[in-house]
Formats: sequence, structure tokens, C-alpha cells
Amino acid sequence: MHRYKFVFYRPLQLLPVLFGISVITFILVRMIPGDPARVLLGTRATPTAIARIREQYGLDEPLWRQYFYFLENLAHGEMGKSTLYKIDVLKLVMTRIEPTLMLVLVSVILSILIAVPLSTIAARRQGRIADHAVRIVSTMGIGFPPFWLALMLIIFFSVRLDLFPVSGYGRDPLDKLWHLALPSLTIALSLSAVLTRSLRGAMVQALQSDVATAARARGMPEGIVFWRHVLPNSLVPTINLLAINIGWLIGGTVVVESVFAIPGMGQLLIRAIFSRDYMVVQGVAMVFACATVLINFMADVITVTLDPRIKL
Amino acid sequence: MSAPATTRFSPSAGLSRWLGSHLSLSIGAGILVFFVLIAIFAPLVAPYDPVLQMADVRLTGPSLAHPLGTDNFGRDMLSRLIYGTRIDLQIALIGVIFPFIIGTVLGTVAGFFGGIVDAIFMRIIDIILAFPFLVLMLAIIAILGPGLTSFYIAMALVGWVSYARLVRAQILVLKNSDYAIAAVSLGFSRTRIMFRHLLPNAIAGSLVFVMSDAVLVLLNGAAISYLGLGVQPPTAEWGIMVAEGQPFVTTAWWITLFPGLAIVVLAFGFSLLGDALGDLLGVHE
Repeated sequence: MHRYKFVFYRPLQLLPVLFGISVITFILVRMIPGDPARVLLGTRATPTAIARIREQYGLDEPLWRQYFYFLENLAHGEMGKSTLYKIDVLKLVMTRIEPTLMLVLVSVILSILIAVPLSTIAARRQGRIADHAVRIVSTMGIGFPPFWLALMLIIFFSVRLDLFPVSGYGRDPLDKLWHLALPSLTIALSLSAVLTRSLRGAMVQALQSDVATAARARGMPEGIVFWRHVLPNSLVPTINLLAINIGWLIGGTVVVESVFAIPGMGQLLIRAIFSRDYMVVQGVAMVFACATVLINFMADVITVTLDPRIKL
Repeated sequence: MSAPATTRFSPSAGLSRWLGSHLSLSIGAGILVFFVLIAIFAPLVAPYDPVLQMADVRLTGPSLAHPLGTDNFGRDMLSRLIYGTRIDLQIALIGVIFPFIIGTVLGTVAGFFGGIVDAIFMRIIDIILAFPFLVLMLAIIAILGPGLTSFYIAMALVGWVSYARLVRAQILVLKNSDYAIAAVSLGFSRTRIMFRHLLPNAIAGSLVFVMSDAVLVLLNGAAISYLGLGVQPPTAEWGIMVAEGQPFVTTAWWITLFPGLAIVVLAFGFSLLGDALGDLLGVHE
């Protein structure tokens, strides 16, 4: 269990980062020109509401004290009210987490289903036509704008073939998956391009490793060498790669949710920006940042569990 | 089962790798030069004014008069695509150059001085990296207001961290090398040692990264314009052109198809250049 010691002290190391996230989100909203109370409440705020916000956030006091109030409110789960939806930001964000989380999960699973076979083909036929084809396709795939790819998939799968819905989010779990098919395929195609490029490299290395050579020397057929030694050894780099790209993946969901009108956090963020609902912008940015930190931590735990050689 | 093409010695492997990177370099450079020429000579190559609305040719498909069709305002899509090259190249260039300069300088200083300066910069970098890139960009643009200038400012504020990390790691190694110690004992100023002696040897990785970063910046810039927070209409820019075609995607596919393809091709050019530079300079990410 010694190897898992980091599970306890890593969160302590993350505290400065969480502190920094709160500072940045605090600064972001205070950077808006004009009276902060008016900014937080919208243009049609009543004088009593303005007075209440002034007191709650200590807006007449020095900035460091305002930050202290901000933290205190945060500790009580208080992130302000949305000027557009008239409810607490935290409650609003909570209702939007599920579609985004589902979108990310389905996209990751799909992208692994695409990237692993492609990298396998490329790595095992290194230097041949299949390898070159995979490399060219994945290099090109990185440059596909998600918002455009989404529309092309809509033209093909929704308009031509009438297979999947064009937009929205379903009610029951199956219907939801149905609606997420094209959005997650959009993200998965881009993500699998990134994954394939790195995974192919990891597999090529694993094919040349001493473990693989020793297995071949024992007379193990190439196919079994691959399944037993190469694939498992490529798993850890893939998980790390997914963790590194989680920020990029979240950026993708923001765009794709807007294209497909999925009521997730990304769509909430974009709408909030247009309606100058700054407390929501702040809340969504903070939740996304904390999620990124959490996912990276989880990836560390999984990595250590899967690979006994790694110590953190 | 194919034999392992792994440990066997192959005299042609080096050659094909060399040829491969030269081929990537030529194609990548070719694509980039093509777009740069189009951007420079846009008024000469474009058949129409990119914002000219011709009421009689609304939503017409590709034809001889309008090779890429027209949009719902009767604007010629080829002309818009050509003029859009100017904006999207500018997005990639400015969106990369400021983060590159800021990140390189800060990374050099942090790596060279070490200690508390370095610790502070590294913590700031950790915090910025904790945010999903596009989310932080969007939050900054929300404060500054929509527009290309906001996008560039947001890029400069967020994008420098990758360059700073790359350069810092190199400087940390190089500052203990013999020639750096020699430069110190010769009494050269710290600024001279940092930027004349260390930086030129530390920059290769960043130069390769510039190319893959250009892809990300181009995609992000186009995405932000697509969302309506970057370039504003009626300016022709590829991302916003896709957004403008979206309501007609089922009937007038040509409005969305071609601007997206242009992004894909330009991004491919940057990627190829990056791969080739990485091979030639011996840098691998």
C-alpha cells in the first residue's frame, strides 16, 4: 500500500491549485468594467437587491476582504444567482452536469474503440501502406474543426440516412444515448486522431521491448505477444494521454453542445456569455477547472493501480 | 502473422525517414505558401467582392459563375473563402506569436534564475493549466466583449504557458553546461547569457511546437467565431461562414462544406510542417 501514499498527500498539493482557481475566477468577474453589484445583478436590478449584494460581497471594502467574502460564500456552496435564470448558480450548474458528463464518457469510449484498432493496425504493419494511411488520416483528423465535422455528420447521418436526431437531449437513458450518438461521434473522431498518433508510437515501442523479444524467443506467436504484452503496456500511456487531453476534450464539448443544442454546461456557458450572466460564467469555469483537477488525480490513481513499476 | 519489423537492420530505414520528412516538409510548406499567396493577392484572385449581396443568385449551388455557390444573401462563396484566408491566417499568426514571445521570455527567465521566481511561475502555470483551455479563453472573452482583439488578448494571457514550460525545461539543463559556465566566468551579463547563449540552443522544441500550436489556435479561433464571439459579420472568416451556413445545411450544403475543408487543409499543412521540422531538428514531443 506504500505506493498509494500519494492518494493522501496529493490532494494537499492540489490545494494551492484550487486556491489559484478561486483567485482567477474571482479576478475574472472583478475585471469587468462598471459597478460590480450591477454587473452581478444585471441592468434591471432593484436598489434593495444592489444593497444586499454590496453587503454580502463587501463591495465597498478592500479587494482582499472581498476575496475573503467570496471564499466564505463559496464554502457555503454560494456562487451567486444567475441573472438570466433567477436561481442559484450552483443549482443551475448541477442540473447541467449530467448531459456533459454523459457526452464526455460516451466520446471517450467511442474514441478508444476507434483509436485502439487503428493504432494496432499501424503499429503491426509499421512502415507499410496501412501504417502510412493511418498516420495521414490521424494527422489530418487533428485539424478537423469539431463544429464543422458535427454539421457534416448531421448532413450524412441525419439528413441523408435519417438515422439520428439532429439536436436536443432525450428523456430516458436510451433516448439520451440516441441523441448523444452524433455529438459524441464528432468528439470521438477528433480525439481518436490525437490518441492514435501517440498510441501507435507506444505500441511500436512495446513491440520492440525486451518483454516482447523474450516472448518471441520462447516461441510465442506474434499475435499472442501482441495481446498479452504489447496491448496491456500501451494502456497506461493511453490513460495518461486522455488525462492530458481532458481540458481539450471539455473545450470540444462546449462547442459540440452548442451545435447540437444539448442542455449541458458548455451550452450554459455560451448562453451566459451572450446574456452577460457573469456569475454563471464564473461558476461554470470553476466547476470545469475543479473537474479537470479531479480527473487528472483519478488518472494518477488508475496509472499506479495498473502499472506496479510507476511510483508517484 | 507478419514478422516483427522491429529489430532487423534495414539500410533504407534512415533514407525513407529522411525522404518522408522532406516530403512532409514540401507538402506542408506548399500548402502554407499557397494560402499566403491567396491571402496576399485576394483582390486579384477573388471573382467578386466578398460582402457584395446579389439578390438574384441567393442560395445557388456551385456553377461556372459561382464555382462554390452562393449563400442566403447572394454572396459569392469562393470570394468569401479567398478573403477569409486573410483573417484565418492572421488568427493563426497573431494567436501563436504573442504566446510564443511571452512564454519564451518568461520560461527563460524562470529557468535561468530558478528559486522563488521559478516557483512562482510554475504555480501560475499549474493554475492556468487546471482550466480547460477553451473555457478560460471564453471566460476572458466574456469579460472583454466579443471580437478578434479579445481573442488575441485571451490567447496571449492563456497560451504562453506551454511555451514557458518547454523553454524552461531546456534552460534548466543548459544552464549547467560548460559553455554557459564559461560565459559566466567571462563576465557576460545575465541578459546576454540568457538570450544570446542559452535561448538559441533551447528554442528548437518550441519552434516545432509552434506548428502544432498553430493548428489548435486556428481551430479555437474558428470555433470562437463560429460561436459568435470572435470575428463579427459580415466579415468573411471560415468559422463564421460555417455558422452562417448552418441554418441551410440540409438544402445548401456548399455554404458549410468549403470553409470547413479550407480549415482542414490549412491545419494539415501546419501539422505536416511540424512533423517535418521535428524530424529534421531531432525534436520529439
